[in-house]
Amino acid sequence: MTRVTGGAPLESAHRGSAPRTAHGSAPASLLRRILLQGQYETITMLRNGEQLILAIVLPLLAMVGLTVTPLLDGLGSSRINVAVPGILALCAMSTAFTGQGISTGFDRRYGVLRFLSTTPLGRTGLIAGKVLAVLAVLFLQVLIVTAVALMLGWQPNPAGWLPGLAILVLGAAAFTALGLLVAGTVRPEATLAITNLLWILLGALGGIVIPAERLPALSQAVVHFLPSGALGQALRDAFLYGSVNGAAVLVLLLWTAIAGGAATRWFKWN
Amino acid sequence: MRSPESPVLTISGLVKDVGPLPTLDGKMLRVVSGLSLIAERGQVTALLGANGAGKTTTIECAQGLQKRTAGAISLLGQDPDSAGAGLRARVGVMLQDGGLPPSARPIPLLRHIAGMYQDPWPVDELIGRLGIDSFSRTNVRRLSGGQKQRLALAAALVGNPEVLFLDEPSAGLDPQSRQMVFDLISELRNSGMGIVLTTHLMDDAQRLADYVYIIDAGRNVAEGTVAQLLRHQLPAGDASEHIRTLLFETEPGLDFTGVLPDGVDVTEARAGSYAATGALSPADLAAITAWWAARGIMPSSLSLEARSLEDVFLDISGREIR
Repeated sequence: MTRVTGGAPLESAHRGSAPRTAHGSAPASLLRRILLQGQYETITMLRNGEQLILAIVLPLLAMVGLTVTPLLDGLGSSRINVAVPGILALCAMSTAFTGQGISTGFDRRYGVLRFLSTTPLGRTGLIAGKVLAVLAVLFLQVLIVTAVALMLGWQPNPAGWLPGLAILVLGAAAFTALGLLVAGTVRPEATLAITNLLWILLGALGGIVIPAERLPALSQAVVHFLPSGALGQALRDAFLYGSVNGAAVLVLLLWTAIAGGAATRWFKWN
Repeated sequence: MRSPESPVLTISGLVKDVGPLPTLDGKMLRVVSGLSLIAERGQVTALLGANGAGKTTTIECAQGLQKRTAGAISLLGQDPDSAGAGLRARVGVMLQDGGLPPSARPIPLLRHIAGMYQDPWPVDELIGRLGIDSFSRTNVRRLSGGQKQRLALAAALVGNPEVLFLDEPSAGLDPQSRQMVFDLISELRNSGMGIVLTTHLMDDAQRLADYVYIIDAGRNVAEGTVAQLLRHQLPAGDASEHIRTLLFETEPGLDFTGVLPDGVDVTEARAGSYAATGALSPADLAAITAWWAARGIMPSSLSLEARSLEDVFLDISGREIR
């Protein structure tokens, strides 16, 4: 190394001191930072037209489609009663997996995750904000789907609401973890393709809106172990019979833990 | 005598390996090897080096965005790798790629980031100061490079930081925005902010920096104030620091024999484009202009240049392209 001035490399005597008037801010409280990020991400999601189609329009169309076709006949209750829990599960997959995955993937590409992680928000706050936004959008979806479903004659089991909503949040957690895992490990174009394709595949064949017994034999064997099948079945058990499907809840817990752990381990911020 | 205030940033012996890279048969690549630097409050400290010299990696390690392989980093007295929100609130970061969400509008975005701090820089003031009002209704995606750069600077400053990191701050700036940004940086420095910037542009370093670290292949190769670096590698008492080059354009084929002293070389690089290099004195300048006056010669352009930081940089890091 070429020395230009004398002295030890880290000697700073040759540099004048300056008046100290610049003062750093203190961070806003953790709760406020997370709430702000959640609000910001919620508004961003709701402003995105493609996401709204995926989050609201397609699930509503699927619900209407299932009530005017005989696909769900003979399953022990009316078409609408069998359809709505699956539609709620589909909403969770739309928002937590596909929508959130795609937006996180592109945020990663554009350096947004890196920039925000240098602000007081930090990485933990950023993830917490995303989870909050998923829950906020999911809440709006539940309101809209429920309103339309009630108009179409939906009669949920009153004892199903409490476990149903808890299971829906658990499903959202599993799909959020999966969405983050995909978004954090592959290019955003690939995230776009993977999450959209899986939305269609799992939506049609994953036991989410169409119960396992109506699926091809090949699917039947595996859907109970998929997050889609477990969430769909658990919500149907809750809203049709007011019961909690322990096996399905366990499957969802496992997916959340495994995908969450993998995302924590392999998520690349840049 | 040391500066009475502790430095805002001290890096000693930083090593950063990346990889394993498939292009290196699965081996690790050492992008920073044993780099050290100090950045003081109230000063602009520049990391100057070619593309790929390790400047961005170095400051990203200091920001906690990349984990270092070895070495010590103290940012405002703390290790950036284990820093919490308290430290992040005192540090402003402008990334090379901006890091702003493409679908965002400038003002809501700045207000959102301001919300992360207890006592932020008033957003309206920042907007006016950086001329952001002129494009406030445009999505980040549609902004020009210079507009994005100004918005990214505002986003880095909104927390009113004590330390500001700027990665290639003048990239994409037109001359007017560059002036605006440079004036602001100087003002912030004078208010006591410690500013650390990377640049591959000699002119940036020469205009802004109080202290420059020249980085090459992940190592320190030279450091000093701009004035110290300009005297770099010249033996004591060497007159070379007085070397000037007088560039002028006029009619081709002139013979300056006898007009300028022997030590001054005059070359005609292109027809009518001359460069007179040597220890030019005021008397020499008077002599040549008098010679033109006597012959009715009016140069179409005329400029005098001292040794530039670019010359120093090329002397140190070699002139070959890597």
